[in-house]
Amino acid sequence: MVALAAATVSTSAVTQAEVISKELPWEPGAANAPQPARKSGLLYLTPAEALVLGAIADRLIPADELSIGGKDAGCVEFIDRQLDGSYGKAISLYRLGPFYQGTDAQGPQLQHTPAERYRLGLAALAGYTHKQHGKPFDALDAATQDKILVAMETNTLALGPVDGKALFELVLQNVREGFLSDPLYGGNKGMASWKMLGFPGARYDFRDHMDKKGQKLVFMPTSMVDNSL
Amino acid sequence: MNKIRPKADAVIVGLGWCGSLMAEELSRAGLNVVAIERGAWREAATDFPPSVDTDELRWDTRRSMLMPPAVEALTFRNTSSERALPIRDWSCFEFGYNVGGAGTHWAGMAWRFTPFDFQPATMTKARYGQQQLVDGLIVQDWGVTYADLEPYYDRFEKIAGISGIAGNLDGKLVEGGNPYEGPRKNDYPLPPLKTTRLTDIFEKGAKSLGLKPFMVPAAQTSGAYTNPLGVKMGPCTYCGYCLYYGCGNWSKGSPNACVIPALMTRDNFSVITNATVIKANLADDGKTATGVTYVDKDGQQWEQPAGIVVFSAFQAQNVRLLLLSKIGQPYDHAKKEGVVGRAYCFQTVSGASIFFEDEQLNQYMGAGALSQQVDDYNGDNFDHKGLGFIGGAGILVVSRGSRPIGNTDFLPPGTPRWGSDWKKAYTHAFQNGTVVFGQGTSYAHQDAYLDLDPTYKDQYGLPLMRMTFDFNENDRRSANFIEQRSVEIAKAMGAKTVVPTNSARGKFTPYDFASDHTIGGAVMGEDPKTSVLNRYQQSWDVHNVFVSGASSFPNNAGYNPTATIGALTLWTARAIIEQYLKQPGPLVKS
Repeated sequence: MVALAAATVSTSAVTQAEVISKELPWEPGAANAPQPARKSGLLYLTPAEALVLGAIADRLIPADELSIGGKDAGCVEFIDRQLDGSYGKAISLYRLGPFYQGTDAQGPQLQHTPAERYRLGLAALAGYTHKQHGKPFDALDAATQDKILVAMETNTLALGPVDGKALFELVLQNVREGFLSDPLYGGNKGMASWKMLGFPGARYDFRDHMDKKGQKLVFMPTSMVDNSL
Repeated sequence: MNKIRPKADAVIVGLGWCGSLMAEELSRAGLNVVAIERGAWREAATDFPPSVDTDELRWDTRRSMLMPPAVEALTFRNTSSERALPIRDWSCFEFGYNVGGAGTHWAGMAWRFTPFDFQPATMTKARYGQQQLVDGLIVQDWGVTYADLEPYYDRFEKIAGISGIAGNLDGKLVEGGNPYEGPRKNDYPLPPLKTTRLTDIFEKGAKSLGLKPFMVPAAQTSGAYTNPLGVKMGPCTYCGYCLYYGCGNWSKGSPNACVIPALMTRDNFSVITNATVIKANLADDGKTATGVTYVDKDGQQWEQPAGIVVFSAFQAQNVRLLLLSKIGQPYDHAKKEGVVGRAYCFQTVSGASIFFEDEQLNQYMGAGALSQQVDDYNGDNFDHKGLGFIGGAGILVVSRGSRPIGNTDFLPPGTPRWGSDWKKAYTHAFQNGTVVFGQGTSYAHQDAYLDLDPTYKDQYGLPLMRMTFDFNENDRRSANFIEQRSVEIAKAMGAKTVVPTNSARGKFTPYDFASDHTIGGAVMGEDPKTSVLNRYQQSWDVHNVFVSGASSFPNNAGYNPTATIGALTLWTARAIIEQYLKQPGPLVKS
């Protein structure tokens, strides 16, 4: 029933019948501009969860000669805002039951939303590090942190009911998103990743550059909104 | 109690390419046309300016322009012995969900299919004999030929503002074009797009193998253009935000840019947005439709009475609407009888991921359809004797705009996926990695089909579409062949690392994004026992119901489907205007 309610809410929010005839239905200034992520404290994550995620982000994307690290780039703030929003609530996904384990080809049949998966997954990880090392993940040295992450990635870490590999893939995807998406969403501080890659960002016109084939082009990247949190 | 709207001459279900082209023809012919679109109003300049469009997370990663699975999912299984489960997350089935449909977010490859693709049964039998077909394969002619459709392809190309170069003008081969294409009356309305470092390397490599590369016809304008409906388009700026994105430049041919602005000036056209059609309503004798039923935002059901009903939703939705409306006999897999849901197929994709030593490909610049291709191994352009399959693929490279999030796992084998080594390798691969791939044909099989799921429902309590599909032996053999040819081209291009890829090597999964070209299930043809629609995309059973879209294709070609969808829609619209309106009834005797 919970899943049914969620699905109903999600669709009614985008279902508004309108009859449009004989004119274009817009007014000057009514363009659908993006909403920058809110500048504030954490919206979904607990302080302890944020510390662990920051430590993970710094191992997945370490500070080195190519860029700042994942934590400084804002990956934790990015994930926090995403989990608080429609992504974290799985607004778009089909969530009606019944739920069965399927074949690999049928893909994930998850009952939990991304926000719930983070809560459960980080709790299981905290249980593991406390039992094995007596500390939270963020208090471990980098080598031990890497060992745990490799074990999750290769599906050899026992996290009880939590699928360690699936959790790793979720966090890796979201940390990468935080590092690589427009700063609008709270990550990619100073467009650090775009400068690393040589990606020009939100530029919209390359007509003057198309004929410079095979040349190294240096663009100062552009973001939609400079929104370093 | 349903509320009832005033009767329309024609109601159009789904306002994408098919719906808008059909509406344009029918309203210009004087009919009062009402379109019903499930998604919201979208307009090129207002909704997709550079300050909104250039956002990978929103449009690509989070798929914000596509129909969410929460609204309507498919269920899926590889074989009929498995339990189908919902495709809960974003998958390769990319349904449009706005005015403009999938035509708003498409990449823009605007192909004509080859003459063979429309008559694979006749032509295979004549050239190779029946033994060329693997067991259970469904190969049948469309009932419409390339020659029939040629003027309608031409019209579509002019409406959408296609950039390209003819390879065959009235039987005369033209240097630089595709020598394998069917004969054309006219060249493309615009010259090809600019080339890139990548397309240059491909062209040189392909030519060194004796192949015949050419620029892919693209729905990005290589210059300023005014289409036959009077809509002005601006030159493409090569920003690379095409596939999954709108275009605020008026440079990508889309219903929003090319057709709807003209439609909205007409008194006899209107569109109802954010409204879901759940079925066509049939007259008591079941021989005609009286209109459609739809649901508005408050769950209120409405009837839209109409003299003609056109289903022009996405492929699987067209099939589902037919089943929910009880039009045509559903396919019974056990008995191998019935037609609705039968003849479903997809697309094979195979080729190679390639990595250069030290290139500057600058792949962030480009356009959705900025590509070079060879058709030497497509369709029936080569001799299949002894190969054990029919079909093939166009093999191509795409300069469609690399994006940082989407490319993260595009790395040479053995590269770590995180840490400093990943950052270094990814930075190198972002300039040096790309793909050479074959976009393949696919033929239906008696064990692949669509029907209504017995368990899973949508928000209205209506059954979801159930897909039973895996690649068949013909698919696998052709994909293997194309994989080998692609590897040869990749090596000729001078790549340092060549990694073969093949989506048809293992089981099909909807989470393989190699292609989204889902085909068939309500196919057109010559025989009501093996097709849902006649050669005019008219229902054999309910003569005032027409169905337009890739659901009509009995087989997939080694191309993108959109221009063929457009041409078929215009062909059908002409048949309605010139034949059906004069004498309503079946346009072909069954």
